[in-house]
Amino acid sequence: MALRIISFLTLICLWQVAAHFGNPRLLPGPMAVFTTMKAEAASGALFAALGITLARVAAAFLLAMAAGSAIGYAMGRSALFDRAADPWIIVLLNLPALVIIVLAYIWVGLNEAAAIGAVALNKLPVTVVTIREGVRALDTRLDEMALVFGFSPVKRLTHVVAPQLAPYFAAATRGGLSLVWKIVLVVELMGRPNGVGFEINTAFQLFDVPLLLAYALPFTAIMLIIETLMVQPLERHVSRWRPRAA
Amino acid sequence: MSRVGDRARLEARVAKKSFRTASGQSVLVLADLSFALEEGETGALIGPSGCGKSTLMRILAGLDRDFDGSVHRPEQGRVGMVFQEPRLLPWRSVEDNVRLAAPHASEAEIASLFDALGLSEHRTHFPGELSIGLARRAALARAFAVRPTLLLLDEPFVSLDAPLARQLQRDLAKLVESRRMITVLVTHDVDEAIALADRIFVLSARPAHVTGEIRVKGPRAVLSGEERGAVAARIEALRTAG
Repeated sequence: MALRIISFLTLICLWQVAAHFGNPRLLPGPMAVFTTMKAEAASGALFAALGITLARVAAAFLLAMAAGSAIGYAMGRSALFDRAADPWIIVLLNLPALVIIVLAYIWVGLNEAAAIGAVALNKLPVTVVTIREGVRALDTRLDEMALVFGFSPVKRLTHVVAPQLAPYFAAATRGGLSLVWKIVLVVELMGRPNGVGFEINTAFQLFDVPLLLAYALPFTAIMLIIETLMVQPLERHVSRWRPRAA
Repeated sequence: MSRVGDRARLEARVAKKSFRTASGQSVLVLADLSFALEEGETGALIGPSGCGKSTLMRILAGLDRDFDGSVHRPEQGRVGMVFQEPRLLPWRSVEDNVRLAAPHASEAEIASLFDALGLSEHRTHFPGELSIGLARRAALARAFAVRPTLLLLDEPFVSLDAPLARQLQRDLAKLVESRRMITVLVTHDVDEAIALADRIFVLSARPAHVTGEIRVKGPRAVLSGEERGAVAARIEALRTAG
């Protein structure tokens, strides 16, 4: 932990040094960014943008995880469904995020549903593939045990299947969260009248780097905090029975 | 034979059971294999390794239905099984493993089972924290806790050192004695079969069938050394003949 903090402080120092020697218009120092951040926070604009963007991240993430897990589970369990759906997943995996976003805005319209749907669709195939891998690795011997001892389907899911999928679920969550929040900014930049992505677009058009960083950095910090305080402890909790955390 | 007796009976008739290998060949594993056990009896299946004993156990447990023939299990029965590996849920404690399989078992029942199997101190441990001997005991506790009418034991003591295996055999004999159920024990240890079984079925090499059945007189009673020797000799004779 101490090493992490030292590493982080070194980054800030380097930034300060670079800003000192560079063009302040292109690379403002940490203090200049902090001043802009304070002004944006005081007006309430920063929090409004962060709030709406986080809400979009949450909606797209939950949608992709729920649908992706269900599809991934079905593909892992049924060879027929796997063969039928696999080409779709491959197409979706290789379709650039930008293409999905533009098509969503054209076909569905410049609205919230298109924005969130496009982000979820970008995340979906990764979740499907991860969960499918987990389902394929399920221990059939434990399945047989559950069958012999007459476990109900709910009991099988909660005590036999879910604990085995937990590490895959955690991996999908972790990778998914970082993917989703990056794409949400692009979606906001291209077709939403608010949110962090929209503010960054404004800053871009004004060539206002302090403003850009004043929105980008707090948002990144929040995602880091969510990752450290929620995703990692969850991962540790589900793998507590292992002799050593995987 | 009374109707009640019929209901509680285990009868297996496997005309044919074959496997398809990865290369597409069909391998006959069991052929014309049949045996029966009455309520309260313990049967031991002895045979060369790889003869299909575990396949037979899977058929008896209802895990494998892809065979020609029929299996009549005790009616309204619960099945308790001890697999070759303990097959405990690694993410649940020993106690939770037992309770999940036997939700209706009372606290007193579970406590006395854990006591009998020396598991009382390990209730809250995860299976990964147990030695293989303790894990096998936990698997035994789970199988007993469901109060099975049919108990299937697939080489439950294999890979344990001899003194521990003997002790677990004694524990098992006591538990089997205290319940009216049908027990099927797969083993390659003649002494184990004699110590635990009422009937011993000797299986041939693949494709397996029953080459002979031996009744051990005085079920699970203390046999004299001579009687043991006689039974062992008969088993040996059947094995070489098969």
